[in-house]
Amino acid sequence: MSELASEPSAQGVDTESRVPAVEPKKGKQGLSEGKLAERRLGWLLCAPAAFVMIAVTGWPIIYSVWLSLQRYDLRFPDQQQFVGLDNYIAVLTDQYWWTAVGITTLLTVVSVVIELVLGMILALIMHRTLVGRGLVRTVSLIPYGIVTVVAAFSWLYAWDANTGYLNGLFGTEAPLTQQIPSLLIIVLAEVWKTTPFMALLLMAGLALVPDDLLKAASMDGATAWQRFTKVMVPVMKPAILVALLFRTLDAFRIFDNIFVLTAGANDTGSVSMQTYNNLIKGLNLGIGSTMSVLIFIAVAIIAFVFIKLFGASAPGGDQGGKR
Amino acid sequence: MVRTRADGRGIVRWRVLAAAGAALVAAPAVAACSSESGNQVTVYSAPEQNFQTVVDNCNKAANGKYEIVYRKLPRGADGQREQLVRRLAAGDSDLDVLGLDVTWTAEFAEAGWIEEWTGADKAEIEDGTLKGPLDTATYNGKLYAAPKNTNVQLLWYDKTVTPKPPETWAEMIDMAKRLKSEGRPYQIVFTGAQYEGLVVTYNSLVSSAGGEILSADGKKVVLDEGALKALEILKEATDSGITHPSLTVSQEGETQHQFEDKGSEAAFELNWPFVYPAMKDGNPDRFKNLEWTTYPGIDGPGKSTIGGNNFAVSALSSKKPQAFEAAKCLRNAENQRFSAINDGVPPTIESVYAGDDKEFVDAYPMWETILDELQDPAVRPQTVVYQNLSTITSKLLSPPAEIDPQDTIEELRDGLQKALESKGVLP
Repeated sequence: MSELASEPSAQGVDTESRVPAVEPKKGKQGLSEGKLAERRLGWLLCAPAAFVMIAVTGWPIIYSVWLSLQRYDLRFPDQQQFVGLDNYIAVLTDQYWWTAVGITTLLTVVSVVIELVLGMILALIMHRTLVGRGLVRTVSLIPYGIVTVVAAFSWLYAWDANTGYLNGLFGTEAPLTQQIPSLLIIVLAEVWKTTPFMALLLMAGLALVPDDLLKAASMDGATAWQRFTKVMVPVMKPAILVALLFRTLDAFRIFDNIFVLTAGANDTGSVSMQTYNNLIKGLNLGIGSTMSVLIFIAVAIIAFVFIKLFGASAPGGDQGGKR
Repeated sequence: MVRTRADGRGIVRWRVLAAAGAALVAAPAVAACSSESGNQVTVYSAPEQNFQTVVDNCNKAANGKYEIVYRKLPRGADGQREQLVRRLAAGDSDLDVLGLDVTWTAEFAEAGWIEEWTGADKAEIEDGTLKGPLDTATYNGKLYAAPKNTNVQLLWYDKTVTPKPPETWAEMIDMAKRLKSEGRPYQIVFTGAQYEGLVVTYNSLVSSAGGEILSADGKKVVLDEGALKALEILKEATDSGITHPSLTVSQEGETQHQFEDKGSEAAFELNWPFVYPAMKDGNPDRFKNLEWTTYPGIDGPGKSTIGGNNFAVSALSSKKPQAFEAAKCLRNAENQRFSAINDGVPPTIESVYAGDDKEFVDAYPMWETILDELQDPAVRPQTVVYQNLSTITSKLLSPPAEIDPQDTIEELRDGLQKALESKGVLP
């Protein structure tokens, strides 16, 4: 098992290490004057871009942390003051917030699991297609190419109580008026939209599985299911984890589908929806920023868990090098 | 030869590129000039099909004193508020005249985003304007906006179903139950989605019951007997199988469809006057039987929540004198009459409601009922944090069928108190 899994990555390291193995020889002569200057120049050339990147991403984060420590409501400009962790206490002891956290977690887990299964099936189909491969891939990518809000509106009309052609499937005339059917529809819209993305990432993983391994396994009498679970999945593990990581981070921030389909009615709001309500509608920059910082922390924890505990390679890490 | 020709072409190409580049660089500068130049006054207001004609009329009458540019805000009230608030909070001085929903007066005034109307301007606005609309533009005794158009809800019914309409909610609920058992159209349709429309319905009920949600200064939660009575009625109306199945996602448009569409099961609709033209176009057959009366109350005719739009002048505007003049023109009696007839928005000036004005009466056969309701309408609580109050109220009242009057009123009391301090979390 683990031997099989480590083999391709060993190959990967091998191909990588072979290239630098050649380079140092060439580099040794140049590393003296020219190469060093060149490297310094490289850093200098990168510096402005790196600086801008840090300013653009770093400053808003610092600023929202700063805002989250203040009472800052645009409608009460006189009451603006530093309140320490009061906003965090207010949010973390509020039942609306925890309802939203629960709903968001539920939506994330359910939709990502369904997407993984469907995405894997779709990836296998796309991988194995012999005729019209381009066409099959293009067709299956169409949902991902449609703007989320536009797709959400077409779902909204499909389930509309008066004109919807799909309502009645839940045995109710107006599914978007009840919590459970609404959540199912939100999951459906999410899954329909992002399964192709999942499939695409998984297909990249499938390309990593060497044909020889599969052939050898079937020689040993492995059934199709065994080949899938014992050969393909272990080999694909890095790709699967990256796909899961991306989608989980994405799904946790779900906003547009909910905004259009229910606007958070009947306890269907996500944490992002609630942040929007407090920040943009409520003009309460303090509480709103507190929520966005909490979402940031939650997303960071998800990424940490995936990378450290499950060993997913960070985007841009060795996974990128292999492709 | 070949070479020179090629060179020549190259030069031409360069010139075109240079010209295009210069145009690109200069365009914003030119645009900036034109918007700076002279007396241009921007009006950010809700989309209204024929409002451009009103703007043109005013520009003609102004004779160069100012030139109004009409910038349409998004269609929904939330979207409109969001854009205005975001830009004003960021100190945008491009906005001169603002079209405000009647519920935003306190918020914008307290934040210092809109100018007070004083002296001759104030006198001109107050002269002949109905009291209800004027109240919506007043905060802490000061006038902050010029009422542009108003709105009240009526009870719409089908005279073949109920020749004599109900006067109170209790009567209406009884009638609906009886009609249902007889297998005839029976539903009571109104805006029951978790949004401002549900707050409007609740506010009408509270006022009709003689209750209060907040104290007059908007600083304390009251929620008296009337507020409790309103919850009981809302509960009974929605828990007896006599409303539309999709009540909890129904906004104004959906509500109208529930009454208007062929095969409608609705007998009563509570909605704004747009029902009349909508029904005329949408279902001419039922239109023949369409009748209207005063909003239902508790012991007699009720009070309807007042809606509408007011014009305010931005405190950040660099052309305030012109902006005040432009706002006055846009809402004068003549233009209000035009908008009433062409865009269906009820006027705020009493003299426009003239029984001998045939064109107006044809477009507004229900003018007497509207005028009647406008004498004593239900004004929504005037508070800086109206947005919070509305969000919390609609959240706690939704779905209306699950209201438990005693519990819900305590939840409301708690939620609204937090909302007034703007310390809690909005759902």
